[in-house]
Amino acid sequence: MSKVGTDRVKRGMAEMQKGGVIMDVVNAEQAKIAEEAGAVAVMALERVPSDIRAAGGVARMADPTIVEEVMNAVSIPVMAKARIGHIVEARVLEAMGVDYIDESEVLTPADEVYHLNKRDYTVPFVCGCRNLGEAARRIGEGTSMLRTKGEPGTGNIVEAVRHIREVNAQVRKLVNMNEDEIMTYAKELGAPYEVLLEIKENGRLPVVNFAAGGVATPADAALMMQLGADGVFVGSGIFKSDNPANFARAIVEATTHYEDYDLIAKVSKGIGTAMKGLEISTIAPEERMQDRGW
Amino acid sequence: MVKIGVLGLQGAIREHIRSVEAAGAKGIIIKYKEQLTDIDGLIIPGGESTTMRRLIDKYDFFEALVDFGKQGKPIFGTCAGLILLANDIVGQDHAHLSLMDMKVERNAFGRQRESFEAEIDIKGVADQFEAVFIRAPYIMEVGPEVDVLATYQDKIVAAQQGHYLCSAFHPELTDDHRLTEYFVKMVEK
Repeated sequence: MSKVGTDRVKRGMAEMQKGGVIMDVVNAEQAKIAEEAGAVAVMALERVPSDIRAAGGVARMADPTIVEEVMNAVSIPVMAKARIGHIVEARVLEAMGVDYIDESEVLTPADEVYHLNKRDYTVPFVCGCRNLGEAARRIGEGTSMLRTKGEPGTGNIVEAVRHIREVNAQVRKLVNMNEDEIMTYAKELGAPYEVLLEIKENGRLPVVNFAAGGVATPADAALMMQLGADGVFVGSGIFKSDNPANFARAIVEATTHYEDYDLIAKVSKGIGTAMKGLEISTIAPEERMQDRGW
Repeated sequence: MVKIGVLGLQGAIREHIRSVEAAGAKGIIIKYKEQLTDIDGLIIPGGESTTMRRLIDKYDFFEALVDFGKQGKPIFGTCAGLILLANDIVGQDHAHLSLMDMKVERNAFGRQRESFEAEIDIKGVADQFEAVFIRAPYIMEVGPEVDVLATYQDKIVAAQQGHYLCSAFHPELTDDHRLTEYFVKMVEK
């Protein structure tokens, strides 16, 4: 008797991605550059986050033609984004055989109250989080992987740093609590009690937590690994740089050897200019993607 | 206590270390080829085989890993590690370490939604072993010196050739450490 879509199978897939870099791509050619550079997976999109930000309007699931083109181009896993709460976009991506779905705040939410019930799906999900409350709610809904939200499409690492520090500080606080304090902490965080209890017992989150939202350089990737990320998503940082192939390779190496500063210096030399960044305070509050999600 | 390294370039490294320690050996993460001289056996973990191969080349690990095996030191490859050990990969002109005489197919059970867990019997190691298959490969053919240890739906999913051991599934993702214990015994010999 075999069982598909179990927690072990879904979370295990994310475990295999640890220490790796997942890159946003918009066509087969970019997907091949990413695979060649050593990406552990690619995220198939219609536009990278910085272009979504620039274009405005409603951002939706990518055209299935693009997703299919990317799936046919590479042998590494292919992820794709569905709007928050958009049951049908997620089901369509699952039916296409996408390996992982990102229920993503980068796209315009389809539901302003509810996220997807991710336990219902055979395909695993990744979701963004800024703090332990969001992380625990997403785990409660059945996500198999987490990532920081950061502020997508900015090339500015400050929000991702804030989010990973916050989640990890709250996990440490929880692990050191007495058990009789956890229910009140659950109330404060808006987090499911059972998920917090499991985190306390195991001393860590039950799923991997990657960095995302603002990684633009090899040093940014290494910084996030040092702060405790299990791996790195790079959105606009690669294909909005001067030389995507160079940036992709350098970010992979810096992620593997995030404590080897001589190596990071070496791989950062002469790779061209990083994407132009955005200062967070210049973004109007209603345009901040990290505030999407509930 | 024997020392078992886990190739630490990418993938499920922490889980293998935990499993090795549960099986009564010392686990060491191997990030640089110079560390190979300090260990008695090596696990090549699951992850993405293309990514691992790029990093193996980048850090000049290739010859060192082949030498490690040729010196008679045991190597255990799981999932991506199995692919790296094979000498023939379907659809690819070049194999990787080529230490085991077998032909393998990548992602042979399908994509992630087809990934599964099942109970299998591993000859001489464990009955009713909980095996987790994630975008797993399988072995299509083996050479005369390779001993088939387990099959699932007539596909070969675990094998041994002398001091080389491999599985298409992930023994490190469960609390059943019998296959890792078997490898630790191979190293102790």
